[in-house]
Amino acid sequence: MTAPPTLETQAPPPPMDSVGFLRWTWRQLTSMRTALILLFALAVASIPGSILPQRGNNPLLVDEWLEEQPTIGPILDRLGFFDVFGAPWFAAVYLLLFISLIGCVLPRVGVHWRAMRSQPPIAPKNLSRLQAFAETTTALTPTQVVDNANDYLRKNRWRVRTGVTDSQVWVSAEKGYLRETGNLVFHLALVLILAAVAIGGLFGWRGNVIVKEGNGFSNTLTQYDAWGGGRLASADTIPPFAFTLEDFAVEFGRSEAERGSPRLFEATVEVQREPGGPINPDLIEVNHPLTVAGAKIFLVGHGYAPTFIVRDSSGATVLDDAVVFLPQDGNFTSTGVIKVPDSTPQLGFQGIFLPTSAIDDIRGPHSIFPDADDPSVFLSAWEGDLGLDSGIPQSIYTLKTDNMEQIGLRALVPGQTWVFGQGEIEFTGWQRWASFQIAFDPGKEAALAAAVLATLGLTVSLFTRRRRVWVKARVAPNGSTLVESAGLSKSEAGDVSEDVRDLLEASEGIDRR
Amino acid sequence: MTTAESMGLAEASNAAIYATMVTLTIAMILFAASFASGRRPASAKAHVQVASGSGSVAVLDRPESKSANDPGRKLANVAMSLTWLATGLLTVALVLRGIWAGRVPWGNMYEFSISSAWGVLVVFLVMSLRRDLRWLGLFVVAPALLTLGLAVTVLYTEAAQLVPALKSYWLVIHVSAAIICAGAFTVAASSAALSLVQSRRERSGREWHGPMAQVPSAEKLQTFTSRIIAFAFPLWTFSVIAGAIWAENAWGRYWGWDPKETWALITWLVYAAYLHARSTAGWRGDKASWIAILGLVTFLINYFGVNIFVNSLHSYAGL
Ligand code: HEM
Repeated sequence: MTAPPTLETQAPPPPMDSVGFLRWTWRQLTSMRTALILLFALAVASIPGSILPQRGNNPLLVDEWLEEQPTIGPILDRLGFFDVFGAPWFAAVYLLLFISLIGCVLPRVGVHWRAMRSQPPIAPKNLSRLQAFAETTTALTPTQVVDNANDYLRKNRWRVRTGVTDSQVWVSAEKGYLRETGNLVFHLALVLILAAVAIGGLFGWRGNVIVKEGNGFSNTLTQYDAWGGGRLASADTIPPFAFTLEDFAVEFGRSEAERGSPRLFEATVEVQREPGGPINPDLIEVNHPLTVAGAKIFLVGHGYAPTFIVRDSSGATVLDDAVVFLPQDGNFTSTGVIKVPDSTPQLGFQGIFLPTSAIDDIRGPHSIFPDADDPSVFLSAWEGDLGLDSGIPQSIYTLKTDNMEQIGLRALVPGQTWVFGQGEIEFTGWQRWASFQIAFDPGKEAALAAAVLATLGLTVSLFTRRRRVWVKARVAPNGSTLVESAGLSKSEAGDVSEDVRDLLEASEGIDRR
Repeated sequence: MTTAESMGLAEASNAAIYATMVTLTIAMILFAASFASGRRPASAKAHVQVASGSGSVAVLDRPESKSANDPGRKLANVAMSLTWLATGLLTVALVLRGIWAGRVPWGNMYEFSISSAWGVLVVFLVMSLRRDLRWLGLFVVAPALLTLGLAVTVLYTEAAQLVPALKSYWLVIHVSAAIICAGAFTVAASSAALSLVQSRRERSGREWHGPMAQVPSAEKLQTFTSRIIAFAFPLWTFSVIAGAIWAENAWGRYWGWDPKETWALITWLVYAAYLHARSTAGWRGDKASWIAILGLVTFLINYFGVNIFVNSLHSYAGL
């Protein structure tokens, strides 16, 4: 900053006429104190978003919360507390902060531009009153002293101005303009970050999909289990690529200390980057997403899909498929539902899949290791109407048993068949599935570039000291030359005493640098 | 590596931690004794003289040094040496832990805590190379020791390999920056707290006696605090950006308002507010010092609060 630490006193009262009032408001908004308060306000406004569950991250938890808190839940919901970072009041705080920032920084750009092109100010009358001061006498003439000082300062890249006032020759010099440059770059880069985030928010999209081993995925909206996009993203803006999950490898720690913790996830895929294009193998790992047509495919989860064959009472196969079960705990105790609409009557099964089976009185059937060392399923069979024709979309993970009747329960290991009156179900084995998040954010490169720029500007600014120094020389009554040198730090916490000492020595002709 | 060999490494690492704690405890007691005995017969007037600095070059950081054979000073010198020793031992402990686990020793809260204690000590010692910081020793060694104590009693975990989400060199960059920041923010908060005490004392206008007499003036403490924060803030900015890059690689978004990320931003905002306060009339003094303390509080909330109480993507850091 050019100005020394601001000396704002108590704010003057607002003038009454409207132009004056507007100007007053603008000045208040762009003052340092307002910036300070808005920074705090933004920090405080973020807190509820870190304590309450948020729709964007965890919609299920939000629903649970609302169920448990029927009185204040809906009020908080209406006020946007479950979507804090999209709430209008949150936006109001950061938009005000950025308006304040732009209003504050743009004028400073002009001021700084002029300061960089103008000369340092002339030497003050009384140097000994300044922050750091030193004096000496020498046999050199005042002109020699000033020439020495001038050479030294220019060599060390100070901006120098010389002059003569009242028979004293003086040098005035300034250094550290980069401090303000860095500061301005930093603040303006923050605006760029905001813009890049906004672009990503408007044009970006992301979706989640579960793909079983051996199955494919093609990038259209209907294939996603969940998809969300910005206001300007739509079905026809997403690139038409496709991939097949050939194999999904996992490994879990087996030593005592690391039992069950994941060691490796690796999805082998065959990717077709555009319709009709070549199909190439590739690998997707955690931390190693695959980039296709600007979108990134991330591996985010995995689980088991037990395979079943269901036959009706005539022996005809009515279902032969791998069914996605969702993991419920770290050992992949998984639950899922098998729906068989093509049999008469319709059949439905609720199932628990255990990769490594155990059973006890308290927890019932559960898995004790995440890998499939000793798999089994527990099935509960139902017959009746699955309710698929009611027109209300159903989750594939729940069975509506309102119009169904339970037939029985059974545990099966791979290869076993359960024959019941209306047919039979064979548990043939299991596959793995992987879930992918596919994300497209056109603003992220710009956001990164702006963030790097901000950090550079900030670092330059905080590590540069802006300071002024002066040398004055005049002939003393005894004929020798009296040399005075002084300095002033223009930045926080600056110490210019060393600069002053070096300058004085240089003026005497002792150049240590 | 055989199991026996690797158990040996783990035990050696733990032993080095305990040795560190013993050494630090002695250092803390000596620092405390030195602090309590430190009486400088200088009066407030002497300070004014230094500051006006007419005819000579003003000296900034160093408080008037006490005579060399002052017993308090000797104690502090021994304490400084012990702090160096303890930091060396802690470094050994971290390296052994890292070799044992076959990765950087920042995989869980236990390891991050001992690394943070290391960060506090290193920041303090590096700064002490250029200025006399014996007066600060007690207020740096105590939090470091507390952190280590918490780590070994509450947070201890057997070393495990990193879960795949943590395997990234961005982790190394992100966390190493955060560890140095933890150290710097702690030292800054200690000095800010001291400046608050000092400033109250100065306002009371009483004579300069008692332990606080050896501590620099409130204004110098504030300057010291702001220098540390001016160093740590860009580093924290960098650490947050590295974290965002890591998150982008692991989860497909660079910023998702996960509680951990949110609190990192809150910390960042508070320190930005601090830097602004230092340039705002009426805020540069005690108010800025309070903000520096608040900054550390938000950092700790992020570390303990979010890891333990909040359901966050980052909570896998294992208790
Ligand atoms: C997103 C909001 C903002 C953030 C994160 C922020 C952050 C910072 C930081 C970290 C510094 C110190 C680093 C440096 O000197 O380069 C700083 C300095 C400064 N900021 Fe901001 N700022 C923000 C908004 C504003 C606003 C709205 C104003 C205008 C009122 C403003 C005016 C200044 C000024 C004048 C300085 C220089 C202070 C000095 O050199 O002593 N900033 N800001």
